Amino acid sequence: MMATLRALAEPNRFQIVELLRDGPRPVGAMADRLGLRQPQVSKHLHVLSAAGLVDVRVDAQRRIYALRPAPLEELEVWLEKFRRLWEDNFQRLDAVLEELTAGEPGTKRKKRGRTKR
Amino acid sequence: MTDFGKLIVTTPSDREIAMTRVFNAPRNLVFDAWTRPDLVRRWLLGPPGWTMPVCEIDLRVGGTYRFEWLGQDGTRMGMGGIYREIVIPERIVNTQLFDVDWTGGETLGTLLFTEQGGKTTLTNSVLYSSREARDAALRTRMAEGVEAGYARLDEILASNFSEGN
Repeated sequence: MMATLRALAEPNRFQIVELLRDGPRPVGAMADRLGLRQPQVSKHLHVLSAAGLVDVRVDAQRRIYALRPAPLEELEVWLEKFRRLWEDNFQRLDAVLEELTAGEPGTKRKKRGRTKR
Repeated sequence: MTDFGKLIVTTPSDREIAMTRVFNAPRNLVFDAWTRPDLVRRWLLGPPGWTMPVCEIDLRVGGTYRFEWLGQDGTRMGMGGIYREIVIPERIVNTQLFDVDWTGGETLGTLLFTEQGGKTTLTNSVLYSSREARDAALRTRMAEGVEAGYARLDEILASNFSEGN
């Protein structure tokens, strides 16, 4: 999870992952697309590979890279938890506001009997 | 009809991240809930089990605020800043700096409260020191939905990003 985030936090590696989202690609094609030199791209792919984000297969003399879905799925699960966290905050805020609204004259009153502190 | 309860995250400029949410209450109450410590500490909590033992708000231009959270395992995290602009109950601008700085330096936060038909739209935007700082924050948070679960992210980034980078 942290390896995933750390690998993705570098802008070129992030772009490589975005490219690979559309399907497997050889190193050379990615270098062209990103305007980088091939050794640079290979270096980034090595980091992505170490983080488990990409797989490589050798096709004749070309190395073809593909995304591995597992770490991204893990990230998605984590992000969903993270999103929930802020939504939980806001749901608590909704409850606080409902209580305040109930105590405020001139606004709609759903519940009576609860007084504002 | 507004999208009550729906959290929307956008990037209004290349140094900003903004989050919008509609609340079913007039804006003076929403404003209170964001600025009265007794109310703030009831909801701005982060993960389950966390509490907010420190919530100090000196709501005037040049005044400071200080927030600290405490996890069940004893982990503490904090942030604070200075109020730059206050228009009750419309707008607050303040500086923000986490104790463990994962945002690439101080950020500037703007809270905007607009009311329509008894509902309040809150926009919470954060202006980063540079596009690079914003993008780094975006990348590590991986975009939508993630903008502001401050506490949890602070903890995670603090424990994991500070060493390797």
